[in-house]
Amino acid sequence: MKISLTLNGAPRELDSAPLVRLLDALRGPLGLTGTKEGCGEGECGSCTVLLDGDPVNACLVPIGQCEGRAITTVEGLGEMAHLSPLQRCFIDEGGAQCGICTPGMLISAEALLRRVPDPDEPTIREALAGNLCRCTGYQRIVESVRRAAELLREGAAR
Amino acid sequence: MVHGSPVEIPRPSVGVSVPRVDGAAKVTGEALYVDDLPKRDGELHGATVRSPVARGVLRGVRLDPAFNWSDVTIVQAADIAVNTVALIVDDQPILAATHVNHVYEPVVLLACADKAKLARAVRAVTLDIEPLPPVFDMEQSLAKVEIIAGEDNVQKRYLITKGRADVKVEPGAVNGESATAIDAAIAACDVVVTGRYFAHHQEQMYIEPQGVVAWWDTDGAHATGSIQCPFYVHKAFTKAFLLDADRIHITQAVTGGGFGGKEEYPSIIALHAALLAQKSGAPVRMIYDRKEDIEATTKRHPCICEITSGCDRDGTLRALSIRMIMDGGAYVTLTPVVLSRGTLHAAGAYRWDDVRIESIAVATNTPPNGAFRGFGAPQTIWAIERHLDAVAKKLGRDPIDLKEQNVLREGDVTSTGQVLRSSVAGAECLEKAVLASDYRAKRARGPVVSGRTARGIGAAVFMHGAGFTGSGERYLKGKVAVDLLAGGRLGIRTASTDIGQGTETVFRQIAADAAGIAVDAVDFAVPSTTTCPDSGPTVASRTVMVVGSIVENAAKQLSARVRAEVEAHGGTFGEATDRLIAREGPITSLLQYAPPSFITWDDTTYKGDAYPCYGWACDVAEVEVDLDTFEVTVVDFWSATDVGKAINPVMCKGQIEGGSLQAIGWAVSEEITWRDGHITNPRMTNYIIPTSLDAPRFQTILVEAPFAMGPGGGAKGIGELPMDGGAPAIAAAVEHAVGVAMGSLPLTPERILAAKQASERTSA
Ligand code: FES
Ligand code: FES
Repeated sequence: MKISLTLNGAPRELDSAPLVRLLDALRGPLGLTGTKEGCGEGECGSCTVLLDGDPVNACLVPIGQCEGRAITTVEGLGEMAHLSPLQRCFIDEGGAQCGICTPGMLISAEALLRRVPDPDEPTIREALAGNLCRCTGYQRIVESVRRAAELLREGAAR
Repeated sequence: MVHGSPVEIPRPSVGVSVPRVDGAAKVTGEALYVDDLPKRDGELHGATVRSPVARGVLRGVRLDPAFNWSDVTIVQAADIAVNTVALIVDDQPILAATHVNHVYEPVVLLACADKAKLARAVRAVTLDIEPLPPVFDMEQSLAKVEIIAGEDNVQKRYLITKGRADVKVEPGAVNGESATAIDAAIAACDVVVTGRYFAHHQEQMYIEPQGVVAWWDTDGAHATGSIQCPFYVHKAFTKAFLLDADRIHITQAVTGGGFGGKEEYPSIIALHAALLAQKSGAPVRMIYDRKEDIEATTKRHPCICEITSGCDRDGTLRALSIRMIMDGGAYVTLTPVVLSRGTLHAAGAYRWDDVRIESIAVATNTPPNGAFRGFGAPQTIWAIERHLDAVAKKLGRDPIDLKEQNVLREGDVTSTGQVLRSSVAGAECLEKAVLASDYRAKRARGPVVSGRTARGIGAAVFMHGAGFTGSGERYLKGKVAVDLLAGGRLGIRTASTDIGQGTETVFRQIAADAAGIAVDAVDFAVPSTTTCPDSGPTVASRTVMVVGSIVENAAKQLSARVRAEVEAHGGTFGEATDRLIAREGPITSLLQYAPPSFITWDDTTYKGDAYPCYGWACDVAEVEVDLDTFEVTVVDFWSATDVGKAINPVMCKGQIEGGSLQAIGWAVSEEITWRDGHITNPRMTNYIIPTSLDAPRFQTILVEAPFAMGPGGGAKGIGELPMDGGAPAIAAAVEHAVGVAMGSLPLTPERILAAKQASERTSA
């Protein structure tokens, strides 16, 4: 079936069986491999994307349900030369080590900061609880998000 | 280049938290992990048919005649030139040929362009296996209830002795023969304590599963993937395919965590993909899904330690006897080395007069256990720390006082007879962690019970040998190449991989400072066996300390040449470099590691300098135990850790926090459960690693007791140390909270309840 959606702000169309996982559609025909697969069963969160602004596990969403909807992946947050404050803080504060959980973490954090501009630590931990990281111990991730919130509040350029 | 960083990096850069060089690629999704690599022309997917039986005779392989096999490539043992995974002992076949020795053992490989069809093809293969009685329990294996490997199921044994003349020469008996001298030494002590301690399997659970893409062309065989040690894979290909070294090209893709799990295992998946690629003539991509990854790949070795010790009434530790068994699983893989490190750490960070440690690794019909951060040491440190807690209890003292009294200090002698001459920081770490956590006041106050929870605090003191054991580096001859590049830049070529630790960034810092140039004037080549020299594997907390020091020397050498050119003919560093290159052509410094000359080690007696130096640490854990359910929550965690010199403090703390959380998971929630050799919880939903809500606040104190031979002013290994102390610190805190002394991991509610009931029964 033909599916139209908005991907990182741009209209896209693809032809796909409706039950294909959004994760595979993104990584395959849509050509964005930033979204990762760590478990394929909704447990690790490395495939987290925003669907109409809400974080979802792309490994659990069939592409057929994305008709007419807006999807944001890590590629939509910023570019190498123009990193978002959140991305920059993940680098500076040590929020990314191996980096495989990072795209999903960033998306969950982005969703949080859009909702809550000044989250306290428990709120940050709560918002990231669906994203597993085996490298960092989470502390530097929490710190990265907290710092990014600060920068955003200070009105740093986005 | 350091992208997207708003901060100017000061010089010198060592000691500064330079932002991760590969950070921008990772936060934008541009970094290409193996499954992100562009599809090659005609690429096929690969899959593995595995044994459902723990032990048996392989009678045959049946392919469903109703299935259309025309577009499926099939590889079996008979297709392989040399059917052996090259590692330490050549006991593991690449594909089972005549026997299977564990559930999930690979038997048949399949490749097909259509992934859905490939999954059906796997189900259309039936393995004809005549079962034999399996052995799953290491003590039964030791007792030889069945002979399942070699003559006696034994994979490796070691004996360490120290002290009185008769203890020192005690024979290397493991089974039966009694150790009379050490028993006598212990019997002569005022206070004798005996205990038995068990440590369990652990899954590495890197978030990126194992994966490789392999193909063949006129240059030979290629494999690219999630690989911690490219030269291990290279060696495996040399053996299996009978290829010349220069016909094999192994390259690391960006790697999503390893923790040891991608040390030796990638040889197997890479061989499998390359076999399919060879037979089909097409590139083959093999990526495990989570379930297959948990089931088939290596785990931390389970370990039993039986410890008897003697001390004076004032707490001075005197004599120590340990018998330990490790479960190697069905094949040897890296077990001898894991057992070695476990044995060498079994006496803990303490002074003992007389020591006897005998260790033995046995085979069981479970998937081979292998490398995992800490490499045997967390298991034995768990045991000795719990044991000292028991000794303290018997003496009526707080464990930390006993540990402080006996912790190894400068000039002391370890269990292998190594005199610790410098860079010894156990006491300092202990003091700092105890102070920061307010340990003494909290212990004195006793457990805090509020409502249905009890809060307790506990500590562990430990050391971890940095670098290879004994003469390891001497045999290894690790090499690094640094190229002098146009404009005064340097290019590092090494086989040391960055699997998340930050090697790329830290090596640049070391080279930049050594040469007196900016960090972003240093490049780091993708580790590949074709373009990089063999620096030795990325293991054993050796990367920064050992390989980093080669990088440092090579960079120094090159910059000295450039500076001499500046001196002689003027110009900037960059201009002088360009003149040199114009005159002499490409300039490279290829250096080999020179191990410290003071190291002496005897592999046969296991005496001498076991490691060039040690990292030291003290962990303090504060826990809450639910008094109804006995669920343990770690609420605070302090770690004072001696790293020699923190090249990049943020990354260094990241290693300590990440390692500590793996230790916390191992202690309280992670458990592999088995039925008939099958793993019953091969999923992230039921093998529980900590989330952001389970993780405590980490308060990490970096202690710097420099190692004279370490780079950047004395850096030591840090990778594994943080895995060692969490479990015993938590168990001590649980004991403080609810009065139950746990000797077995993990500290799950059922186990704590059972232990509590048992102790109530014995005291009743
Ligand atoms: S891959 Fe989707 S949650 Fe793990
Ligand atoms: S950075 Fe490796 S899993 Fe999070």
